[in-house]
Amino acid sequence: MVNTTKTKSERELIARLKTGDKAAWSECLETHSPNVYALALRLMGSETEAEDVLQETFMNAYKAIGSFEGRSGLGTWLYRITYNASMMRLRRPNKEFVSVEDTMMAEDGRLIPEQLFDWCCLPEQEFETDEVKVRLEQAIQQLPEKYKAVFVLRELEELSTQETADALDLTVGATKVRLHRARLWLRERLSPYFTEMATADVRTEEGV
Amino acid sequence: MSDNCHHLLDDLSSYLDGEASAALCAEIERHLETCENCRVVVDTMNKTVLLYRDLPQPTLPDDVRTRLYQSLDLEMFMQE
Repeated sequence: MVNTTKTKSERELIARLKTGDKAAWSECLETHSPNVYALALRLMGSETEAEDVLQETFMNAYKAIGSFEGRSGLGTWLYRITYNASMMRLRRPNKEFVSVEDTMMAEDGRLIPEQLFDWCCLPEQEFETDEVKVRLEQAIQQLPEKYKAVFVLRELEELSTQETADALDLTVGATKVRLHRARLWLRERLSPYFTEMATADVRTEEGV
Repeated sequence: MSDNCHHLLDDLSSYLDGEASAALCAEIERHLETCENCRVVVDTMNKTVLLYRDLPQPTLPDDVRTRLYQSLDLEMFMQE
């Protein structure tokens, strides 16, 4: 996780970036490109598109740094550019948009939990497999677009609620609502998989 | 799930994040003592969040990083 709050050294770096100092830009890339790439990959769901977004983000940042007022941290600002670049691509008319039919959520975004099996009892090592990691990543890809960026920034990039709100141009209240709905949605989506694992364990123990 | 469950559902994240007021926490905890469904939702949602927090961050592949530096004409500054 990158510290997204402003420090004296960051203010100095921003001043150097504004003069086009190549060493400063290299420092900026070194610090922030892994996080920008991680966000782009999770929003786009494709390595090729994530690379395009990564390059576009730093190109756009290079062009726009003169007007960066520093109200948020540099990292938060770069996440915002990444998000905007990703959304521009996802919303292109000719883009084959993978729309997941979302039958779990009501039109007002509410989700009433239906998966009510307690799979927390699974042994810890069963949660640590590569297959589980793939399932978790796949579920993020299926998360409705408006909740995805909030969840990724807040839970995976570990931004604060305020930083997430700043990066996505949302209010703190809206950010909290979206985060909560994302969590409920992911719980609902993943529960059948973990329930199956838990009940298979029980069947094995009982010799069924 | 009952109307009372639905009423508390929106506040479960604030509860898990320690942002709910003392009065709301007490109300939720009283409800969880008697409502198995809500207890499962709270526990499995919490576990879901913890699993995501443990997920490794995707790494930036070396070739992608190299092309990024090239695209900005910064190759000469690339660190090993």
